Amino acid sequence: MQSKSMRASARVLFNRVSLKLRQPQVLLGLLLVVVLTGLVVVPFLQMLHDTAVWQEADRRISRTAEPGAWTLFHYLRVFSSPLSVNIFYRPLLHSLATSMAISLAAMLLGTLMAWLVVRTDMPFRKTIGVFAVIPYILPSYTLALAWLDFFKNERIGGAVGICAYLFGVTPPDWLAYGFVPIVITLSLHYYPFTYLLVSGALVSIDSSLEESGEILGAGRFRILRRITFPLVLPALISAFILTFSRAVGTFGTPYFLGAPVRYFTLATTIYTSIVNRTPAVAYIGALVLILISMVIIAVNQKVIGEKSFVTIAGKGLRRRLMPLGPWRWAALTGMAALIALAVFVPLLLLLWQTLMLYPDDYSLGNLTLHYWIGASQAALAEGESGILRNVQILGAAWNSIRLSVIVALTTGIMGILIGYAVVKGRKTRLAAVLEQESFLPYLIPSIAFGAIYLSLFSRSIGPLPPLYGTFMLLVMICVAKNLPFSARSGISSMMQVAGELEEAGMMAGASWLQRFRRIILPLTLAGSLSGFILAFISTMRELSLIILLITPDTRTLTTMTFRYVEQGYSQFADAIILLIVLLVVGGEFLARRIGKREMI
Amino acid sequence: MAMIEIEGLTKRFGSVTAVSDLSLAVEAGEFLTLLGPSGCGKTTVLRMIAGLEIPDAGEIRIGGTTVFSSREGICVSPGKRGVGLVFQSYALWPHMTVRQNVSFGLEVRKVAPEEMNRQVAESLAYMRLDGMEERYPQQMSGGQQQRVALARMLVARPRVFLMDEPLSNLDAKLRIEMRAEIKRLHREAQATTLYVTHDQTEALTLSSRVAIMERGMLVQAAPPREIYRRPGSLFVADFIGSPTINLIHGRIVREGEERFFEGEALCLPVPLLKAREGEAVTAAIRPEEIRIVTKEDKEAVPGEVYAVLPAGAETIVQVFRQGRIFHVRVMGETSLDIGDRVFLQFVPEGVSYFQQEGGDRIDTEGG
Repeated sequence: MQSKSMRASARVLFNRVSLKLRQPQVLLGLLLVVVLTGLVVVPFLQMLHDTAVWQEADRRISRTAEPGAWTLFHYLRVFSSPLSVNIFYRPLLHSLATSMAISLAAMLLGTLMAWLVVRTDMPFRKTIGVFAVIPYILPSYTLALAWLDFFKNERIGGAVGICAYLFGVTPPDWLAYGFVPIVITLSLHYYPFTYLLVSGALVSIDSSLEESGEILGAGRFRILRRITFPLVLPALISAFILTFSRAVGTFGTPYFLGAPVRYFTLATTIYTSIVNRTPAVAYIGALVLILISMVIIAVNQKVIGEKSFVTIAGKGLRRRLMPLGPWRWAALTGMAALIALAVFVPLLLLLWQTLMLYPDDYSLGNLTLHYWIGASQAALAEGESGILRNVQILGAAWNSIRLSVIVALTTGIMGILIGYAVVKGRKTRLAAVLEQESFLPYLIPSIAFGAIYLSLFSRSIGPLPPLYGTFMLLVMICVAKNLPFSARSGISSMMQVAGELEEAGMMAGASWLQRFRRIILPLTLAGSLSGFILAFISTMRELSLIILLITPDTRTLTTMTFRYVEQGYSQFADAIILLIVLLVVGGEFLARRIGKREMI
Repeated sequence: MAMIEIEGLTKRFGSVTAVSDLSLAVEAGEFLTLLGPSGCGKTTVLRMIAGLEIPDAGEIRIGGTTVFSSREGICVSPGKRGVGLVFQSYALWPHMTVRQNVSFGLEVRKVAPEEMNRQVAESLAYMRLDGMEERYPQQMSGGQQQRVALARMLVARPRVFLMDEPLSNLDAKLRIEMRAEIKRLHREAQATTLYVTHDQTEALTLSSRVAIMERGMLVQAAPPREIYRRPGSLFVADFIGSPTINLIHGRIVREGEERFFEGEALCLPVPLLKAREGEAVTAAIRPEEIRIVTKEDKEAVPGEVYAVLPAGAETIVQVFRQGRIFHVRVMGETSLDIGDRVFLQFVPEGVSYFQQEGGDRIDTEGG
């Protein structure tokens, strides 16, 4: 009797467990949480651990070093030692100052452009709108390299820039390097964020909101201040914060433009600390960066949470354009000049540079295709051949393309899977954990992320050999860094698919694999395609994230550029940048083409 | 034998109880409609029967087989329950043609190709979709999409049809057309049908039985006529009917030998009502159970026309009397105008009474 009831209750238990596991989102969710924990949480904890124990390398700087034992040595060294000002406080100040200035400038530029394009009768508004986002597609340090080509002075040796040649004046250090050029070049790179967000907000404001203000007798300025401004304010704040958090973690531009005059930011200090073999200092810097970024994002959510307005965007949305009168053409000229300065002039400068046989001779007779297609010549650049026949560069190009494609596919698929587990598991704790975990990499600035990975994967973990120096590691970090975006797009495209469309498949008796392969995947792939291309583009131009993890075997185009800049071969560096731009713009073009032909 | 038997079904979403201890039996061949305001749990019941939602407690049997039991931990997957479901959004796969949409279920069941083609062609022809096999759902009208959804359900030959507000996305004209289509389908296929809607006209016209739900609970299940004529509770009385039923609050009083319902603006004799003296009750009168006369009558009470709302076949007249408005349905047109003095006649048999507390129906002795 008893054994019978026991058998019955065992069967019930078995039935219940199998019921739980038959829900694919549970199994999938658990699996993804484990993977994400391995990709993000564990490396982070390892880095935290490394800041608080003695490292092998510390034997050089302290006699009491005892590798593996706990210590506060690194924290004291960073925060309160004679070195602190140089390795921490000054770089921190530089980081905050440049990021703040960049964000403000980018916000002003972007808002002005958004307003002119969306709400005025400026001629060629549509064309300007299309070109306005190009600067962001280019690698962030494109402008920095172009800036050097133009303003370089004798300080870093080698040839001087075109400025000195054209005007016969050597640019002073403050114009050629450091704060001023960093702020100018990066604000030109980042303003599209503000442009996109603010123009989105402006488009969604129905003119009737403003007109009703007008009917009540409010003047134009008052309407702008009391109605329009509060409605776009959330977008403005978002743009500011997004720009700030990007700017504070960027490495390339501050390094190219800052290092020559020893103007270091936190991001560049992290790099130099790793190179100087004081990784713990780098890790603490990375922690501070993460902290800054978290504070910013928390503030953003608080402010936006309180200030967000829903403007009803129905079909009857009308927008009235403000007549600029005689200023129309002035506005167009200004915007066209801005885009020219942010995109075309720099690219032409880079191109010109690659065509010069000797770097300081700006005469026509000096033009050559040597750095593109030339064979090795001992007298030039230590005998390196032009980039299109240079085995190392072609290898790097192959690595870049391979990496970008693999990363795009992996993040895309993971995004879809995360989307599925989150949407199907809605309101369960597992789904909430998964969603938050997939967002974590967003909080970690690129260079800090690289430092974190360096700390964990430069040693063997259990049966795993050290992954440092492998291609696999690059894939992992790029996938992790791109996940917040792909997860978000996965979730939103899954919202439409994982509901009744999948349930219809369940009713038809299809297994999970059948549903996934024949319904979910085909339907989400189309929507995720732009996400794929985005991941491709961002990986293709990635420098900050992988600079700490590259070895000669795994170098990519971006790290080759970096190397050539350091060696002073600007022709090679610029040619590679142009190659990257070509690949990235090609990807973007492809994305738009495919985007148009999206599913019937 | 009941085709669908539900016992003690309960489903909670977080702290909200969507369906609470619901029991219901649907006879084979019956057309039962679950009707209720949005959020009453009717769709959740349907989804639990389909197997798309896992109940927290209870038991579901379909055709005598237990497909869910919380006690025994049984949960048969949706595809194996022998039921077909039409979704509110139709849920047609946009990347598949009409033919692919319909054949999908047969493909995953590994039906032989010739047999599959034959069955697909048959259901498409039955839903009058021949010639549209290669179209994509987006290239079709709402009514055609609806037909594809029905064809997709039919092709698997389910014993039970489940339909979740299938007509709510159609315009008024198509809705009436598709209603007839669904009725024909039910009659010819002889399949047990469970239909969910919040549209009472749809429920009353289609069903052999209507089950009304309120806040996760079943309040009355009866044939449409009975639901309309003899609502089981104040909620049902108020929910069914357009314009809504006239509700008059009052209490039971005795005058000499006779008992009366004494309400605001109205006093009616209630000799056989099973109610205590002094009990607070609500009288409910359908708009067509009130007659308007223009001559004074001892059975009628005076009032004043407040508004006249003609709607073609009928006219709704609002009559103001002692601080409240009565809705009266008049067939055809009327010459009444605002401000006219009129008299209202009430037929005692046309009045239902409910306890004010709890809303239960109060029956009449002998009837």
